Amino acid sequence: MVTVLNQNTTTVARSTTWYGSALRGVVLALAFVFFVAPLYAGSKFSLQNNAGAFSFSSLGDLTKAQGFSASFLLSTELTIVTMIGVLFLVVPTVIFIHLRVPSLTRALEVVSLMPIVFPPIIIVLGFMHEAPGALLVWPYHLAPMYLVLTLPFVVRSIESGLSALDVRTLVDAARSLGSSFFVILRRVLLPNLSSALIASSALVIAFVYSEYTMAQFQQRPTLPVWIAQFAMSSGHISTAAAMVSLLGAWVLLSVVLLIDLARTTLRTKRSESA
Amino acid sequence: MGAGALGRRLRRYALNALVLAPFVLIVSYFLFYPILKVVELAFQDHQGHFTTANMVAITKNPYRLAFSTSLKISLYATVIPGVLGFVLAYILSGIKNPIVSRLVLAGKGVLANFGGVNLVFIFVAAYGSTGYLTQWMGDLGWNPWNHGFNLFTFSGIVLIYSYFQVPLMVLIMTPALAALRPQWREAAHILGANAFTYWRRIGLPVLAPALIGALTLLFGSAFSAYATAEALTSGSIPIVPIFIGNFLDGNVVAGQENVGYALGVGMMLILVVLAIVYAWAYRRSSRWLRS
Amino acid sequence: MNSVSGASVSLDSLQHSYAGVKALDNFTLHVAPGELVALLGPSGCGKTTALRAVAGFLTPDSGRVVVGDTDVTSLPSQKRDMGMVFQSYSLFPNLSVRDNVEFGLRLRRVKSASRRSRSHELLEMVGLADQAVKYPHQLSGGQQQRVALARALAVEPQVLLLDEPLSALDAKVRSELREQIQALQKRLSMTTIFVTHDQEEALSIADRVVVMNKGKAEQISTPQELYSQPATTFVAEFVGVSSRYRCERSGATVQIFGRSVPIRNADTQTTGQVHALLRPEDVVVTASDSGVARVLRSSFLGSSVRLEVETPHGIIRADVPASQVVSAGSMVELSYRSENVLIATLDESKELRAL
Repeated sequence: MVTVLNQNTTTVARSTTWYGSALRGVVLALAFVFFVAPLYAGSKFSLQNNAGAFSFSSLGDLTKAQGFSASFLLSTELTIVTMIGVLFLVVPTVIFIHLRVPSLTRALEVVSLMPIVFPPIIIVLGFMHEAPGALLVWPYHLAPMYLVLTLPFVVRSIESGLSALDVRTLVDAARSLGSSFFVILRRVLLPNLSSALIASSALVIAFVYSEYTMAQFQQRPTLPVWIAQFAMSSGHISTAAAMVSLLGAWVLLSVVLLIDLARTTLRTKRSESA
Repeated sequence: MGAGALGRRLRRYALNALVLAPFVLIVSYFLFYPILKVVELAFQDHQGHFTTANMVAITKNPYRLAFSTSLKISLYATVIPGVLGFVLAYILSGIKNPIVSRLVLAGKGVLANFGGVNLVFIFVAAYGSTGYLTQWMGDLGWNPWNHGFNLFTFSGIVLIYSYFQVPLMVLIMTPALAALRPQWREAAHILGANAFTYWRRIGLPVLAPALIGALTLLFGSAFSAYATAEALTSGSIPIVPIFIGNFLDGNVVAGQENVGYALGVGMMLILVVLAIVYAWAYRRSSRWLRS
Repeated sequence: MNSVSGASVSLDSLQHSYAGVKALDNFTLHVAPGELVALLGPSGCGKTTALRAVAGFLTPDSGRVVVGDTDVTSLPSQKRDMGMVFQSYSLFPNLSVRDNVEFGLRLRRVKSASRRSRSHELLEMVGLADQAVKYPHQLSGGQQQRVALARALAVEPQVLLLDEPLSALDAKVRSELREQIQALQKRLSMTTIFVTHDQEEALSIADRVVVMNKGKAEQISTPQELYSQPATTFVAEFVGVSSRYRCERSGATVQIFGRSVPIRNADTQTTGQVHALLRPEDVVVTASDSGVARVLRSSFLGSSVRLEVETPHGIIRADVPASQVVSAGSMVELSYRSENVLIATLDESKELRAL
């Protein structure tokens, strides 16, 4: 899924008739209902026991449900491995290309957009027939696949962070003042890239926890796979798990945005009082 | 320029290659390799001999139906959320309150990423035949299930896809709308145009490339979605990703063992065409909206 | 080319605030037909707000806008029959230059042939007839503004509004375009309101200038009067260069360089320590070894030289002809040659400095 988390919005000239405003209000209200209703329904259904009365029992049963903790653990481990790959392989590569081999930027962009043109179902199709047996045995072999699938937003995010900074100039300035590459990385690049890094990390995490297609066909019981299977046993518990998953992603992304908001306001406050 | 400089240049290439190697390896193995494999196997029969039979097979039923259903669903799940998303983006871009707009932005980002299995569950809870929303609407006098709606077939898929397609559209169109300069609108007004004329002559034409780009993204997203459709219909709806899924589960007809790969190639062709349209639209829109 | 005549424009007691700030404070202005009036002031003074009220992009909280005999205050901008040139980026990007210019004509259902000839005529007037099929993004900033001007004039408006049209352009293009605008305006006798923060622009082309500050009109006069007879200290400091001379007020005069000079704004209550505002061309410089004033800096301005001179009363700027050689570091004697002088209190001056 390609999404952009950081955007600047500016306002457009607006008509100010009363019926214009009323219409806008109605549309917004309907949109709000449309998006909130399923979440409400999901919560309501989850917070019920099998008799239909309001209860938190599903949540408790969820943690005890067979296979839940194992699948949650696997998803978590996959997330960690994928994140390691993203942070220590993809991000440095993007930075490296931007700084040292800018001629490859176009190629990088094309590669990073390929998972959109060649979606998970295709990639998993390509793996079904054959793959070196050894690799499929490694429990986290989904991680590099996920790494590839998250390239669209990770690369785009870091790239735009880098271009917004005019990294070239910063690095040259630092180099002329005598810093080594690692110091530059630490002191110049990372602080400025941090919001892009945090945002793309959040998206990667949300992605791994909800990816179903590849996990299912590679027969790895991750959380979404478990949720789908468990539906046959209990709708309430599965729906509860789904809600927890969705809300987890929501909380994660909101936290990211809040952190970003907090840091920019802190930075402006600090510069104002200086 | 002598051997020394050449040697240095070679050394630099070697160093660059070394640093980029891990990334290239992973991308090659986990991205290029499966794609090429699909193409390769589409043109082989199950004994490994070259054949075009698979590709021919997908132009006939039931695969033909799968393609047409996929295209139909994608069309509905692009145009409807596209229009709604555009209108919503327009309205939202007029909000001046920074806190509200930040919240909305967060909401959009999150919703656009919802998908797959989780979404299906809450939709069943809401719009299933005994879902809360269904019952509420029934109480109000118009139960959609009595009027041709069925969550687990075509109409349901379009509905659930809209849930993440609309935010996606809003996310993509918001920067494009922001690039519409207020001076254009004001200049149009002072020259005598009303709002309708402005949109017809200036607003929409300027936005057209961005709109087209957005719609191709939406179309591609709808076309290639697997998890949501599978979880919702238990694989009963005849669309290309589901057929591929069946094939992957081992439901193969003798003599058509590799048709699944041909289906994959068909799907890739459609997506590549979309990608080309998108690239054109992107270049076109940045030309006008950037100045 | 038929000569167009503009209508008169009256702004009566306009009041407008937004976000708690008073943008227009009882602002009144009458523009005669065919006159070019400049609204001059620092950012936030209300000049753009006033212009937008005339254009119809905002309805003032109170007051009227009258064009000719018609009260247009609540009339939407589409119906006001005005032309407007914005600061930048106002050309429609998806239309060619020619289509841009013809836009208003097309709306008024002018036939294709007459549209074509009119747009050609206007493009010739602004010197861009050969760019008719180009698109805005292919033109330079100056060219774009000329097209914008042609587009505004194509519909023969009663009033022409210019919102800092030259501010985004390079200096050289700015002065060329400025002259072109003035020439066109005179030729068409078009009532024009021109907003700018650049006093040189305003003084050079306007028939009358309105100096605005905090939503009020500080002074409305011809450029000459504005410069030589500033009515308030704000105008004196904003228009042209003034130096502040610390002195004591006694009654209706102050002592400047040893001479008693009558105060022009003697009606102000300020007494005691004041600043007298001196124009550089009113300060005469004579070299003198016994003088108490020392030249700090000298800047060559082409036809004259501007000196910054340190005196016990403050740093005074003086203009001398280029032929008079006065070097930095030398001692000089200063005298003041104007008949009267404007004074300001010390607080007022500080406030002005904060602009």
